[in-house]
Amino acid sequence: MSANGMPVPDFAASAPCAPPTGNLVPLLHEIRHALTCWLEKGQEHVIDLRGIPLAPGEEDSLLEQLGEGEVKARLSLMGPSVIIETRYPGVWLVTHYSEDENITGRFIEVCEVPAILKSQTDDIRTGLERLEDQLSNAEATV
Amino acid sequence: MSKDKTLGETLQERGISRRSFLKFCATTASMMALPPSMIPVIASTLEKVRRPSVIWLSFQECTGCTESITRSHSATIEDLIFDTISLDYHHTLQAASGAAAEHAREEAMQENHGNYILVVDGSIPGENNGYSTIAGISNKDMLLDTAAGAAAIVAVGSCAAFGGIPKADPNPTGAVSVSDLIKDKPIVNVPGCPPIPAVMTGVLVQFLTFGLPELDHLGRPAAFYGQSIHDRCYRRPFYDKGLFANSFDDEGARKGWCLFKLGCKGPTTYNACAVTKWNDGTSFPIEAGHPCLGCSEPDFWDAGSFYKALSAPTGAIGKTAVYAGTAGVIAGAALGASLRARKQSAVKSHERVTIDDLDQES
Amino acid sequence: MTDTEFLLWVRGPAFNTAVFIMCAGLVIRFLEILLLGRKADLAEARGSAAAGGLRTMVMRFIPDAGSFQRSGFTVVSGYIFHIGLFIVIFLFVPHILVFEAATGLNWPGLPSNIVDAANVVTMLALLGVLIHRIKDPVMRMLSGFGDYLVWFVTFLPLLTGYLAFHRVGLSAPMLIGLHILSVEILMILFPFTKLSHAFTLWMARWYNGAIAGYKGVRS
Repeated sequence: MSANGMPVPDFAASAPCAPPTGNLVPLLHEIRHALTCWLEKGQEHVIDLRGIPLAPGEEDSLLEQLGEGEVKARLSLMGPSVIIETRYPGVWLVTHYSEDENITGRFIEVCEVPAILKSQTDDIRTGLERLEDQLSNAEATV
Repeated sequence: MSKDKTLGETLQERGISRRSFLKFCATTASMMALPPSMIPVIASTLEKVRRPSVIWLSFQECTGCTESITRSHSATIEDLIFDTISLDYHHTLQAASGAAAEHAREEAMQENHGNYILVVDGSIPGENNGYSTIAGISNKDMLLDTAAGAAAIVAVGSCAAFGGIPKADPNPTGAVSVSDLIKDKPIVNVPGCPPIPAVMTGVLVQFLTFGLPELDHLGRPAAFYGQSIHDRCYRRPFYDKGLFANSFDDEGARKGWCLFKLGCKGPTTYNACAVTKWNDGTSFPIEAGHPCLGCSEPDFWDAGSFYKALSAPTGAIGKTAVYAGTAGVIAGAALGASLRARKQSAVKSHERVTIDDLDQES
Repeated sequence: MTDTEFLLWVRGPAFNTAVFIMCAGLVIRFLEILLLGRKADLAEARGSAAAGGLRTMVMRFIPDAGSFQRSGFTVVSGYIFHIGLFIVIFLFVPHILVFEAATGLNWPGLPSNIVDAANVVTMLALLGVLIHRIKDPVMRMLSGFGDYLVWFVTFLPLLTGYLAFHRVGLSAPMLIGLHILSVEILMILFPFTKLSHAFTLWMARWYNGAIAGYKGVRS
């Protein structure tokens, strides 16, 4: 790719490399421990991946190891959010994006189902009002 | 403008689902480096917040802070929160101007006396009040007047927090910071040139949720300004190993080595750039290959060249040494000459002892 | 005065002043010594003065067996802290930048964690030297205010350097500022205390060697 006929350097190829942090295996152990706690006591656990220092490439390696399972949900919440059950049931990957597809948050949740996937009581209430409105309009026009 | 509704009610009215609100709380907690267990706390507190009245005063500034905070992405909850915080006065953003705008400001101040948040960007001419005026009112008078009824003041940007570029040598307008003029109200400094947008909104969210945040010795929220760039920089391993770039675009620079030699002020700068980064976490100056300027520290414009290493002296040391040597030669020659003269006179006046002298004493 | 103003002051006018005093002071001391002159040796030369001088300048780095036996601790700890000082001052990249600013010369440095370790070893050696000076009766008798002062102004930059590197206690600008200030104090006192031996030892070794070489004996 060139601009104005001048060659554009391949920045990705010359990107600086950072040393590995060694945080991958401890993270997996934390997930293992959380799964054990859930089975024994029903305790849920959330890990904020943004809060753990990971070198470039380490996060991708982690997601590769966790893989994808049976469930993939795409939510439209002022920007998309993607929820995947990993290949380990009970281990969910929740990724939040802004409207222009930049990652704003990434969490690993060990639970039955992430709270944000469930329908919220307030939203149900608002929806019921809307349905009641619609029904009363429909009956009025009949 | 209804100020009775809570934030939760307002969001509902606008058709924002609670799910979306939860997403915002989760990403905000992550950005503020709070543990995930705080997400429900943030959610339950924020939704009950009643629209606080906010007055935004812009003084001697470049408008970069306003640009930064409004220049997000597309419409997000942060923007909504700004809508819902009832921004009663912002003379750059608002449509009204002149007498009508000032009237609106005074009305808001009266109605919410003691309860409104005052946000300030830009520095203030401390003495000669004719340098910067709005609607004929000097910056200093407007600040003192508006601060009197404020619950708290947020000084956004390095100009409001520390004086910024107007205060830089020779400071022709006598610019001072907000904390130089206001002594009796809690002031939260959010410095940066400009501050990271996520930090600005994060401070406001933190303020609404938990009240006045923990501040460091310069009045900055410890959550965002508690760590130095150096302590969180991904190039730190290179500093520790002694691998430095010697000039821009040399081999070391391309390998991503530490920029200390190029003048990086990371070690003495406290901000969230290395962690939160800019443009939705894309990058920050060091990652782009440029040394940190130290823009969230006081007087960073006058802190010696941006491109001179922190450990290097700022003066012309070589010249000083030459002058010193010359002065030393002159002084030393004079001293040496006088010492020689003393020695020679001592030799001359030295009385030799003869046998007779010795005999006389016995 | 804010932290930043303090740091700027120590990097600016204070550093200039310290450099001026140190350089002028050292030149004055040199000239004082040289201009006092020496008595001419009227005997016939039986060997080369220059060869003796040069040889002594180098060979004096090796301790002689006698002093090693008599004051082994002083010799060993002395070597340790001098070598340590050399590493910490001349082989740490941020310091090399100071020399580059003054002279334009540049040379490679050691990894910073190695310099940090050398700093710790140097500080321990200096503490040992101080304790020895206080406890040994002869040393105690010989020591005056100047000796303790010189120890203190040498130890202080090492300590403040350690704190600045590890960022312990105060804000970063304050730590770095205090470190630079402690070095400036050392620089100002340098020419007017026994510390000047760092520069005058070459003359001393030369003269001792030259005198002996002229006489045709080993020094």
